[in-house]
Amino acid sequence: MLRNFKEIMRYPTAVAGVIIILLLIGVSIYTVIAIPYEKAVVLWRGNEADWYQNPKTAAPVWMNFFTKEDLPETLVLDTTDERVTSEVRETNNGRVITYTFPVEFDFDAFYDDISIYFKSTYEEKAPFVGLTWIDAVGEETRLGNFSIGRTYTYRMGQDRKLTAKLRGNTAEIGLFTDLKDVSKPIKGDYKLVMEIVSFDKSTETTAELVMYGKLAGWAGTDHRRRDLSIALLWGTPIALTFGLLAAFGTSVAQLIIAGVSTWFGGWIDQLIQRITEINLVIPFLPVLIMIGTFYSRSILVILSAVIVLSIFGSGIKTYRAVFMQVKESTYIEAAKTYGASNSRIIFNYMIPRLIPMLIPQLVVQIPAYVFLEASLAVLGLGDPTLPTWGKIIDESRSNQALFQGWYYWVLEPSALLMITALAFTVVGYALDRVFNPRLRGQ
Amino acid sequence: MAEAASPATSPKPEAEKKASAGSGTFGRVAKYTIVRIITMSITVVIGLYLTIMIANMGGYVDNIRKAQIREEQNSRAANDPAMRRLPLAERQRLVEERIQLAEKRLGLDRPFPVRSLEFLRNAIVLDLGRAQNMTSSSGSTQVRLIILERLPPTLILFATADIFLFVMAIVIALALSRQYGSWFDKFMVALTPLSSAPGWFYGIFFILLFASVLHWLPFGGMVDSPPPPTRIGYFLSLLEHMALPVLSITFSQLFLNVFSWRTFFLIYSSEDYVDMARAKGLPDRDVNNKYILRPTLPTIITSFALLVIAMWLGAPILETIFNWPGLGRALYQAVTAFDTPVIIGSTVIFSYMLAITVFLLDIVYALVDPRVKIGDEGSR
Repeated sequence: MLRNFKEIMRYPTAVAGVIIILLLIGVSIYTVIAIPYEKAVVLWRGNEADWYQNPKTAAPVWMNFFTKEDLPETLVLDTTDERVTSEVRETNNGRVITYTFPVEFDFDAFYDDISIYFKSTYEEKAPFVGLTWIDAVGEETRLGNFSIGRTYTYRMGQDRKLTAKLRGNTAEIGLFTDLKDVSKPIKGDYKLVMEIVSFDKSTETTAELVMYGKLAGWAGTDHRRRDLSIALLWGTPIALTFGLLAAFGTSVAQLIIAGVSTWFGGWIDQLIQRITEINLVIPFLPVLIMIGTFYSRSILVILSAVIVLSIFGSGIKTYRAVFMQVKESTYIEAAKTYGASNSRIIFNYMIPRLIPMLIPQLVVQIPAYVFLEASLAVLGLGDPTLPTWGKIIDESRSNQALFQGWYYWVLEPSALLMITALAFTVVGYALDRVFNPRLRGQ
Repeated sequence: MAEAASPATSPKPEAEKKASAGSGTFGRVAKYTIVRIITMSITVVIGLYLTIMIANMGGYVDNIRKAQIREEQNSRAANDPAMRRLPLAERQRLVEERIQLAEKRLGLDRPFPVRSLEFLRNAIVLDLGRAQNMTSSSGSTQVRLIILERLPPTLILFATADIFLFVMAIVIALALSRQYGSWFDKFMVALTPLSSAPGWFYGIFFILLFASVLHWLPFGGMVDSPPPPTRIGYFLSLLEHMALPVLSITFSQLFLNVFSWRTFFLIYSSEDYVDMARAKGLPDRDVNNKYILRPTLPTIITSFALLVIAMWLGAPILETIFNWPGLGRALYQAVTAFDTPVIIGSTVIFSYMLAITVFLLDIVYALVDPRVKIGDEGSR
């Protein structure tokens, strides 16, 4: 074993492959511990409360390394933040609090959207809010006055009156320009002044200013503001488990069937051969699609279906050809002479001989099943609750990510799929050369 | 596949017996064909039956259909003024009666084994029922028409891709086997792991690159909309739309095939009779075609057959990615619309296509494998 391992290490690509596989396994273990399954599923359901601070379809932060322009990240400031200054003035039946939110703007592109989330406790009369924007040169713009409920969201971009005031530009653009040239934002220190008038002493109001950026997190976000990192991370253990189990299940089943078929020969062999031919005619992917549509899209059901449909796959023929030679070996003859049982010969003498052939085959097949899971997800038949790589690709496609230029959304899961596939394939090939040296050099 | 691995004996007898084979060859190939047709038909029937059993496992689909009938009858009763005037009990009895009748009409009241045989017969004669939501472009809801309309685009795309791939792979593999160990050879071999990703996956990248970034080729579809009026224009537009899907299929399959075929060529070109032929002073071209390519063909065709089958099965996803209006996308649309008859119908057709592919390649195999052509004495 150690000798084999050393031999694999002679192939630099295989070393890279092994390192990638170990990394992927590490990521999987980390993910399962850091983001428990239930939490991942809940997060991926995409409730507003979990993700409201994220911009929609924002590229990952490392995009700034590649673009000449500096794109803004999301800025979140709430009234308890120490950067926000406040001033309290008592009135005879309530009080007026004036908060100043500093917005240091040093980017080459506009924000995506601006929202303010209010929460308030009041007894009878709802507090009243007035907003003023002070731009880099100190010029003031009245943004709007409104009364807020117990929870209230002010979306600046959707305020028609404000847009009209900014000569048809939405807030995130109009507020950062001089309204003459709206193609580029003006850098500088901006301020948002918020005046909250409450009408009884006990009223507590908090406000959270969210300036949605063009970038978010190391993975970016999707159309429902979800952080893609959840699905990218969770996709890893799912892809690895699915690929490994499916490859293991099908290869071992095929090996055993081929062994039985060759050993008994005669009508059993004939029958198994015919079944493989019939199996060839059963359309694999359409049948899986059918199962996914009619019964269940659960990943376990699909996994079992994949294995059941593949046990009579074409691999049997390959194994059978080798078993034919093994069957004629003298040690099998010897076993027969001393009266070893059929199952002993098949499982203890014949099948172990093919394990060197099985292992590389198994490893090489893993990518095929990883991609199969992704294919089903791209057809909209992914597991309904699990976040997987295929599902990200599916959602990016159904939201026209390629048309819109949101390439990160497609490329991130694709890159992970590709890396995984290449790593297993490269290692599988190296294993094949080590375990089956006859083929080497050709 | 394994039987073809003893090539040394095959070319020589073929050359000797070529003259005497004459009339017998046709008879043997015909006999072989007939036997294959019969075994293939039995295989297809069993395969179809299994597909139907899976599609309807435990009468699950029938339950869906029964629920649909119930829903339909209920809503019809609710919209019928004459029915509304009846007392509730009477109305319910009538609705029940109608449901029974509708189920009987569709044969849903018979036991499942009997019905499954009925389904099998219908599938064999391609009587695939009526779609629930989808229609063909002429407006028909017959599943057969919907599917037949989608078949030509699929055939065009995959036949082109198959032929393109086959020719490319053979040419490159032959070239590599001649310059074994050169940098080009090493380069191509190093690219082999790329074949672990399926065609649709590269499709996404190619769409990104050629359609989204460079704007050279269309995102998807089969022809421009509206379709060009002239025949040449139509053809050019078709070519333009076909470029990316064909490229994706080729890219995902080429390297592995080049690698394995190159290996076959290398094995066969190290045979003694090849050295002999070269020693005789035969031109390279003849040595390549007659002494290396010829005996390798059966092996190559077997491996290509498995590849073509695998490609067929990728059709639903590849066509979905490229919006190609073929059978695979019909299946995808049927899944989205939950159109049971179309889903089952397309699966049945895929089954048939696989059978036809296997059969055709069998015939080609028979034509190129001298052991079939010259009879049994050459084979063992």
